Amino acid sequence: MAFANPNITAYAVEATEFPDLARRYRVTGVPKTVVDETVEILGGLPQDMFVEQALQNVGS
Amino acid sequence: MALLSTADQDKLRESFGEMTSNVRVLFFTQTLGCETCLHTRQILDELPALSDKIAIEEINFVLEKERAAEYGIDRVPALALVAENATGEATDSRIRFLGAPSGYEFISLVQAVLLVGGRSASLTDENRQKLAAVTRPMTLQVFTTPT
Repeated sequence: MAFANPNITAYAVEATEFPDLARRYRVTGVPKTVVDETVEILGGLPQDMFVEQALQNVGS
Repeated sequence: MALLSTADQDKLRESFGEMTSNVRVLFFTQTLGCETCLHTRQILDELPALSDKIAIEEINFVLEKERAAEYGIDRVPALALVAENATGEATDSRIRFLGAPSGYEFISLVQAVLLVGGRSASLTDENRQKLAAVTRPMTLQVFTTPT
């Protein structure tokens, strides 16, 4: 997604190495994706659903 | 000592053979107070041997704070993937890895290198169009654990 749009930056974060981040974003299971500090996506989703959830606040 | 088996090296060499552009992996690291920086270095050292299109650039997180800030890196070990064209012009992929890319994360790193190196993305045209609606900066953080 980051490669498709220059406005998007993607971080793959190793949760056990950075417990401060895991706590801040309430990571209790993986994979967990946090979009702009607000949207939370739990688990691995099919691409269509993932994109839809990631973009839920875009344009609103 | 090689971390990868000969069979895995051969498979990776074949995959990387499809790359059409060079990829520079910026490796932000520090000598002291970083438990997994050395392990990360060992993992990254495997890659250039498998493709002449992959280069690793080590950046001292302590001494080169500005460089780290430029790539939004505030902790180590961290990786930023940059595409380089034939004239050496660099384009930031905005793909980052925080923490050692071991276990399944190594596969993710390989996939990211292939993507930045020119392999077509798995995104459907429809989703690509939807993503075009993102006109302001957006940050995705995908949390994983080593497996």
